Amino acid sequence: MAAKQNMNSRRDALKTLFRGAGLLSLGGAVWGSTAVTLKASELTLRPPGALDEYHFVKACIRCGTCVEACPYDTLQLATLDDHTAIGTPFFKPRLIPCYMCTDVPCVPVCPSGALDVKKIAKQNDGVKTGKPDINKAKMGVAMLDQEACLAYWGIQCDACYRACPLFGEAITLEFKRNERTGKHAFLKPVVHRDICTGCGLCEHACVTEKAAIFVLPRSVATGKVGAHYIKGWDKDDEERLRNLKEKKTEESSPEDELNDWEYLLDDE
Amino acid sequence: MMSSIIERNRYLILRRTIQTGLLILFGGANWWGWKLLQGNYSSAYVLESFYLTDPHAVLQTFATGFIMSSDAIIGGIIVLIFYALIAGRSFCSWVCPVNMVTDLSTWMRKKWKITQKEYFISLNRKTRYWVLGLGILLSPIVGVAAFEMINPITMLHRGIIFGFGAGWAIIIALFLFDLLVVEYGWCGHLCPLGAFYSVTSRFSLIKVKHDVEKCTMCMKCFDVCHEKQVLNLIGEKSGYIVGECSNCGRCIEVCNDSALKYAIYNYKNQEVQR
Amino acid sequence: MGLNRRDFVKTTAVAAAATAIGMSLPNTMKAANPEKSEGGWRWDKAVCRFCGTGCGIMVATKDEKIVAVKGDPAAPVNRGLNCIKGYFNAKIMYGADRLKQPLMRLGSDGKFSKTGKFKPVSWKVAYDEMEKQMRKTLKELGPTGLGVFGSGQYTVQEGYAMAKLMKAGFRSNNLDPNARHCMASAVGAFIQTFGIDEPAGCYDDIELTDTVVTWGANMAEMHPVLWSRVTDRKLSDPDKVKIINLSTYTNRCSDLADVELIFKPHTDLAIWNYIAREIVYNNPESMDQEFIDKYMQFATGFVDTGYGMRTPDHPGFSDLEKQTVKKEVSKKISKEEAVTLGYLGFKEGDTMEMKHRKTPKGHWAISFEEFKKALDPYTLNFVARLAKGNDDEDLASFKVKLKLLSSLYMEKNRKVVSFWTMGMNQHTRGVWVNEQAYMVHFLLGKQAKPGNGAFSLTGQPSACGTAREVGTFSHRLPADMLVANAKHREVSEKLWKIPAKTINPKPGSHIMKIFRDIEDKKIKFAWVNVCNPFMCTANAKHWLKSARNMDNFIVVSDSYPGVSAKVADLVLPVAMIYEKWGAYGNAERRTQHWKQQVVPVGQSMPDLWQYIEIAKRFKLKDVWGAQKIPGLDAGLPDVLDEAKKLGYSPDDTLYDVLFANEEARSYTWPDPIGEGFHNTEVAGDGRTIMGTNGEEWKGYGFFIQKYLWEEYRSFGEGHAHDYADFDTYHKVRGLKWPVVDGKETQWRFNSKYDPYARKADVGEFAFYGKALKSIAKGNLQGIDQSAGKVDLTNKAKIFFRPYMDPPEMPNKDYPLWLCTGRVLEHWHSGTMTMRVPELYRAVPEALCYMHPDDAVKLNLQQGDLIWVDSRRGKVKAHVETRGRNRVPKGLVYVPWFDEKVLINKVCLDATDPISKQTDFKKCAVRIYKA
Repeated sequence: MAAKQNMNSRRDALKTLFRGAGLLSLGGAVWGSTAVTLKASELTLRPPGALDEYHFVKACIRCGTCVEACPYDTLQLATLDDHTAIGTPFFKPRLIPCYMCTDVPCVPVCPSGALDVKKIAKQNDGVKTGKPDINKAKMGVAMLDQEACLAYWGIQCDACYRACPLFGEAITLEFKRNERTGKHAFLKPVVHRDICTGCGLCEHACVTEKAAIFVLPRSVATGKVGAHYIKGWDKDDEERLRNLKEKKTEESSPEDELNDWEYLLDDE
Repeated sequence: MMSSIIERNRYLILRRTIQTGLLILFGGANWWGWKLLQGNYSSAYVLESFYLTDPHAVLQTFATGFIMSSDAIIGGIIVLIFYALIAGRSFCSWVCPVNMVTDLSTWMRKKWKITQKEYFISLNRKTRYWVLGLGILLSPIVGVAAFEMINPITMLHRGIIFGFGAGWAIIIALFLFDLLVVEYGWCGHLCPLGAFYSVTSRFSLIKVKHDVEKCTMCMKCFDVCHEKQVLNLIGEKSGYIVGECSNCGRCIEVCNDSALKYAIYNYKNQEVQR
Repeated sequence: MGLNRRDFVKTTAVAAAATAIGMSLPNTMKAANPEKSEGGWRWDKAVCRFCGTGCGIMVATKDEKIVAVKGDPAAPVNRGLNCIKGYFNAKIMYGADRLKQPLMRLGSDGKFSKTGKFKPVSWKVAYDEMEKQMRKTLKELGPTGLGVFGSGQYTVQEGYAMAKLMKAGFRSNNLDPNARHCMASAVGAFIQTFGIDEPAGCYDDIELTDTVVTWGANMAEMHPVLWSRVTDRKLSDPDKVKIINLSTYTNRCSDLADVELIFKPHTDLAIWNYIAREIVYNNPESMDQEFIDKYMQFATGFVDTGYGMRTPDHPGFSDLEKQTVKKEVSKKISKEEAVTLGYLGFKEGDTMEMKHRKTPKGHWAISFEEFKKALDPYTLNFVARLAKGNDDEDLASFKVKLKLLSSLYMEKNRKVVSFWTMGMNQHTRGVWVNEQAYMVHFLLGKQAKPGNGAFSLTGQPSACGTAREVGTFSHRLPADMLVANAKHREVSEKLWKIPAKTINPKPGSHIMKIFRDIEDKKIKFAWVNVCNPFMCTANAKHWLKSARNMDNFIVVSDSYPGVSAKVADLVLPVAMIYEKWGAYGNAERRTQHWKQQVVPVGQSMPDLWQYIEIAKRFKLKDVWGAQKIPGLDAGLPDVLDEAKKLGYSPDDTLYDVLFANEEARSYTWPDPIGEGFHNTEVAGDGRTIMGTNGEEWKGYGFFIQKYLWEEYRSFGEGHAHDYADFDTYHKVRGLKWPVVDGKETQWRFNSKYDPYARKADVGEFAFYGKALKSIAKGNLQGIDQSAGKVDLTNKAKIFFRPYMDPPEMPNKDYPLWLCTGRVLEHWHSGTMTMRVPELYRAVPEALCYMHPDDAVKLNLQQGDLIWVDSRRGKVKAHVETRGRNRVPKGLVYVPWFDEKVLINKVCLDATDPISKQTDFKKCAVRIYKA
């Protein structure tokens, strides 16, 4: 009886253990996948000086001091339905763009380092000073849909160009003759990605129903060229080789490939 | 009469005052630009001079492999030291806004006599330690402070200060869970932050002290306590209440025998209570 | 529209060929007729509501609503393009707060009360009160107690009807348009120089010229479609074609410009003289001597003419204001003026008494030698020092630019067009600086030729067509005639079929003076038409206060509740542009008509109807008896007996005589031109509107718009102001007047293109304008009474005008220049464009553009809220140190479209003494954190 009881209790204990382990791994899976889904925030625009998205969501403590520092109510903290890591700050330029305050009040208040003054540090003769320079911010980059852009139709618009705080630098106009009318010119806005901060004033100003110029995070909106080809006409391009990481390529046996020849005669 | 009601609820009133007062101070920072307390319970910027940070959040972030900047870490240490050495797990009942939600569901549960303790599922009070551990474990795997992704405490606090979005649904769910599913379900069973402070505040200075000589075993303290397992010494022996006690003081208020009171923990003459 | 692409290419090709030789299109090639498309919407031609460019658009209507617009591919100005204001023409009528019924301030007793709140009233109640108030004012003050704020956005017919009503009916000349703020200086210079108003050239000059010089004209934002033509010209030959932008701050024109010249406000006067000096002294061979000898007369005028302000003894002035206003009486000669006015014997520190403030227009002929002598001080060194507007630029580089500018003008065979707008017109010496432009072009013989000419652009869609050509100014009659000229009055009285001596010979109050008269209790009934004068007039605090706090009655006819409506007593809802028939005339003399496309919103009614309805309330005996006129000792005679001889009874209403006479009724409705279109005034429009008599509105029954057009054009016919008939304009895409034998005119005064110049038969050119063509002779110092007069028939004048300081300049208390202006996104006071959500979002508020160094000096940051404070008032605005307008140190720029940043409270109401046009471009302000 005692043994049986002992046996029972041992079985119970085992059962409890398994049940616990099962619950734990189930909970972990649900929790983990929820967390992963909730932080899938590739299309989110972050405040100036933000770390790259991967590190940003780790680093941000979600305290909202940056939101409170923003004088324009540009920044908001993500809620459940904002499709980004909950509690983290972001902005939607079509609603309220970043007005690029010269003192960048949102960055220095960040306690966690998710917003890092160093990322937008003012350069003085090549030396980084401790002060922020909002023009160095890289919140995103403006993309232009030429099909929907009125200026590309020939309409004299350029609202984005005039709204740009880095006027004449981040967006310039390309003048082109309008052969259709024979006497007018296109004044087409062109975004310069290296200068654009992604503040979104252009997206905010765009007069089309859905903005024809809009800001996307740089990670989404930029491509990358492999380092195996270097521009022959650009001396500085060799710089890309410096950061080259060697990737191991898997080797396969050529004999196996050679022996696989019968399919060549397949008729079907 | 009135004074006796106040007397009987003195800590409750004080707690609610502090909880709502802090909410107003935080809210004021966002709504009216006050500079006293900016941010929220994840990290609060105090008087524009230093930060107070949630040490649990810092720990999770650390687990992801990211080391926060000193402002946050120092803030976390200050908070940790405060609770661990002084105030015990009092965050839960004196500061945390979710406490007001779950207290409401407890109160309604009593009022509507929803007595079935474990209606759908049974939950162990120790679950929260598993949740705590799992949160830390998951953080490096998902690459983000795992509990912060679902943390209803900060969700509620942020919601009040910055706006809820769909976050109110979580708070309602939590309220209903406590009301209909498990009594003291969130704070008493699941919350890893409560677990975190229970662990870290084992040797805090402020604790509730029981005097068995005065105890008449009326069991009123059991009626009000949300963490009844900590009351195992009531009527048995004198000593300090430890473990998951959140220093809410409800038991002191209801004790007509003056058998319970706040006291300074005497480190020397204590056998460890479990 | 039935025109497909192939047709379009064909039509435009022919049109291009046709315009090149200055002919109008034959009827077979006229643009396609309006047609219902398969989708159930109808396309019909119209014209853009904004700016003086005059772009043609096509309007699509469906179910009594404008659903879309498109640029009209057949319109020669824009060939199917628009700017973003034009892009939103379809949306301007449907703002949420559109005025839909008459609103009047009512007291608790339900009757009008000056202090009451606005409540809806019927048209009848509104007109009963209007009539009562007008009668009260007429009784108390006579005809001059009435004032009307007219507009460069009137349709031709509206302006014409109001001019006729005021001048022929009420015998008051107190009708003046907001165009006074915009074009008056250009007009003054046209009349003084040419003897006839409006530009010689046309937009085709852009394609034909080699050099575009913009003087105080931010065409890139204010005339975007023209600017795209300038851009195209530049691209067509980038090396040859040069663009020079002269401005007091860096604006968008500088993007395209080869050279940008930033000059100190007001020193354009000196720069023009520098160019003239370069021509006359250093490059006399560049002068077109034959042209000058044959067609030109040198002239100059008075300088001690004041600044169009009131004198400081006016009780309304604060002590601060008096600091500036005292210069109206006398001023100290500055160091610079000692140089430029040296020819009059002035030295630094001397006091100049403003002896000729009442006769600022006086001018006389001088010899070339005298002219040359007067230019002597304007050396490169002197002008460069005086005019350099950017502290950060070094003098040497500025000198190089000045030299380049003058050499481009002088280069033989180089064609040059000078464009200007408000920078030169809104100027206390605006007429002078306009005349200086002609001076340079005349000296070089580069005027009135294809691709060559000084070209004054207009700001408003019908500043030319209505304000100027119709003559809605307080001193004018239609077709450039003047109320002060007995012969002109006679002509007008005949054409209007009214008794001789009906028209008041005393010029009325210009727009600035109407406001001053309201403050001085000389005008107690004012009616605002198609404009927002309480927002767009400088020193606004005075006028806002007097409207609200004094005993007067302000009626505002508007479509949206703007600033003027807010301070009014009665607000009448008006039909907007495509809700009525109309015509506009653009800056190149192109007249364009359109039809009513939709039924007006709510109970709103066309402006024309509103003016004519009030005419029904007054009988001849009410207004054509003897009238007292302040300043006119004899007063106005009783003309009722004369009226009887013309067949009128004293009990006839003004409506019967002026608008529903026999001739008017001969224009019958229906008319084939109107087939399928509404005409609210003429036949009602299907809505049940209780009219001003309390009965349902059924229409006048005759084609009033056509009648008004045809009567109006009889004024200009044979006087170089010829138009085509009403029906023709509904078939073509506008025509540039004079339209003679069905052909439009591209370059006036040039015998090759202008039949009137040909008719004069004096050679290649004929400056045949009739005004001011007999002037006294004299020398630089003044008129020589003994020398007699010189006859200038078919000649124009080359004026010498000196540099003088503006009346208010920065000092240590008010250290910054304030310049105001517009932005591309918004039209004027923003009543329409601020209600288009997209345009509102694009530019939601007026910012104060400031140099970053000035901001640092004032301890300000980008985005800070500041006070812009002058001696007259202050407004709050946010600082912008970046963006489209880059101002030099010492100058700030604030656009005026935003009623929340009512910058005109700050501006100085000094005007050009000749043109009475306000200088909105310069006053002194200080700035501090709000």
